[in-house]
Amino acid sequence: MIPFVLRRLVQAVPTLFLVVTLSFFLVRLAPGGPFDLERPLAPSAMENLRRVYGLDQPLPVQYARYLGALLTGDLGPSFSVRDLSVAELLGRGLPVSMTLGALALLAALVLGVGLGGLAAAAKGRPLDHAVTALGTVALTVPGFVVAPLLQIAFGLSLRWLPVGGWEGGAPAHLVLPVVTLALPQAAAIARLTRNALLDVLATQPMRTLRALGLPRRVIALHALRGAALPVISYLGPTAAGLLTGSVVVETIFGLPGIGRAFVDGALNRDYTLVMGTVVLVAVFVVAFNLLVDLAYALVDPRVRHA
Amino acid sequence: MSAASLSLAGRTRRRLLADPWARAGLAVLGLIALACLAGPALTGHAAERIAYDYPRTPPSLAVYPRPETIVPALERLALRMRVRAEDVAVADGTVRLTLASDRPIDERVLTFFSRSDLFGPAAVAARSADGRRLAVTAPVRETRFLLGTDALGRDLLTRILVGGRVSLALGLLATAVALLIGVAYGALAGYLGGAADAAMMRLVDILYALPFLVFVILLVVVFGRSVVLVFVAVGAVEWLDMARIVRGEALSIRRRDYVRAAEALGVSTGAILRRHVVPNALGPVVAYAALLVPKVILLESFLSFLGLGVQEPMTSWGVLIAEGARSIETSPWMLVAPAAVLVATLAALNLVGDRLRAALEPGAA
Repeated sequence: MIPFVLRRLVQAVPTLFLVVTLSFFLVRLAPGGPFDLERPLAPSAMENLRRVYGLDQPLPVQYARYLGALLTGDLGPSFSVRDLSVAELLGRGLPVSMTLGALALLAALVLGVGLGGLAAAAKGRPLDHAVTALGTVALTVPGFVVAPLLQIAFGLSLRWLPVGGWEGGAPAHLVLPVVTLALPQAAAIARLTRNALLDVLATQPMRTLRALGLPRRVIALHALRGAALPVISYLGPTAAGLLTGSVVVETIFGLPGIGRAFVDGALNRDYTLVMGTVVLVAVFVVAFNLLVDLAYALVDPRVRHA
Repeated sequence: MSAASLSLAGRTRRRLLADPWARAGLAVLGLIALACLAGPALTGHAAERIAYDYPRTPPSLAVYPRPETIVPALERLALRMRVRAEDVAVADGTVRLTLASDRPIDERVLTFFSRSDLFGPAAVAARSADGRRLAVTAPVRETRFLLGTDALGRDLLTRILVGGRVSLALGLLATAVALLIGVAYGALAGYLGGAADAAMMRLVDILYALPFLVFVILLVVVFGRSVVLVFVAVGAVEWLDMARIVRGEALSIRRRDYVRAAEALGVSTGAILRRHVVPNALGPVVAYAALLVPKVILLESFLSFLGLGVQEPMTSWGVLIAEGARSIETSPWMLVAPAAVLVATLAALNLVGDRLRAALEPGAA
């Protein structure tokens, strides 16, 4: 197990390196700089600013400096938010995004596996068709349509829930964003679970279990374990995406998360903030892909011994 | 002719058309595409025309102007012309009225009629000797706003159709780019095999791990306002799945006898790829491309929603949905109408893609 993890960690190095390099040069290709204002600064002031932030150096030198600092865990100062480092900015946004993402992931998993299991058990009956139809709707209607509709229904008409804001993560403020994030994922997981369960139930071992006359509950548990693989492999990238923030949901509900910080950073040419977010997201993606592989090995002995 | 002797394309087309769901999806798509292409000319409104008299009109079949609004509108018009409107009569889509003033009336003020959204150009029927009274007729301009208007009084239906052109065109463009890169890369990797294949696919694996959305947003920021370039960029990011699919097919195709024969005859690698590998790998690619179009359209809407995609005065479904989401309290139809068209398009594309994939499977009946 440990050599496996180590090998995967080593394999992640070129990926992360590529992410950092690509995004470093991409942001700097963008026209405009972090200190461009409507009224241009005096040339001498601009000169000073650029020197302070090291922007007067040739690009390869800046790149080498950034990589060097990154290896020591230093993400640099933010260019657009004065007196704050990128690490501090991300430290503020990450709890917001992770709270939302973790809750949405949990909701999607419970809802998706539950509904998918029900649909598989009721294969071909009205319940199955209803779950499939609802799932198709939830998958097709984009979040930026769902969110305003939820706001107007539960926020403005019924006045049950606030339409936005964070307020330190008060539960009422979390409901609508979490629902918006969770709905399509729940639908995708339900569809995957249903199809995987039906595939597994049709295999020989499952027929044997049924022939042995085991109770349905026991058969269902065995089948769920077998059906977990596609769901797990779907969860990896999904979890990484959810935990590191959804730009749309954070924008619509006015939440101070990572996704919003990234878009604002990109628009303001805040090079270091953009880079910091990219690195953070990439680390999450790599970590969750690794977790998926580990979970695979735990669930499926064939993977473990391959 | 037996089914077995039909070409892959012919067989697939027959299976697809025999499938009621696929037919329904194709019909919806055809209808939306046709409406977007021909519709804007038929709605009677120009997409950019601002109707100051009809801001935030809700969707309805009713004819505007409503009869009860004509007289107040004429009075407002008269106020701007600095005259009084008297003896107003409306009949057969024409208003007759007398403009009165304490001073002689300059006939040039009549341009106010044609500038208004309610009336056509006015004509002078009679003029009093002192020029202080002017009998005027003007046609009432009858319009309908089937899906209502936006905050500036622009016809929403026309804007949805015009925006649809942009959304659909960008979806097809980005898919075409992804198709070109993916097929060429995948076919080459699969055909070459061995170390070249391993290296090329390792690069794909690395690119897979990149945070995709982050890169799209970066690309959009870099390429700025050039929408077409942005979607070339999106296509350039979306080719990975395509490359994997084609590579898998190419790996099996290169071992077939006809490829061996071509190699023995000394045909060049490029020609073998063009003539044998790519055409034989196209089936699954077509199905995947059909599923890629809705993904890209959704991505465009998403970027435009964030204000990073299509920019005014150009419009797209994403732009319209963003405008709708901002004014959902006062005019919910501005969100609902474009969102419904977008969702119908996405659903139809997904349906057709799914059915196409099923129809392309060799074992399918």
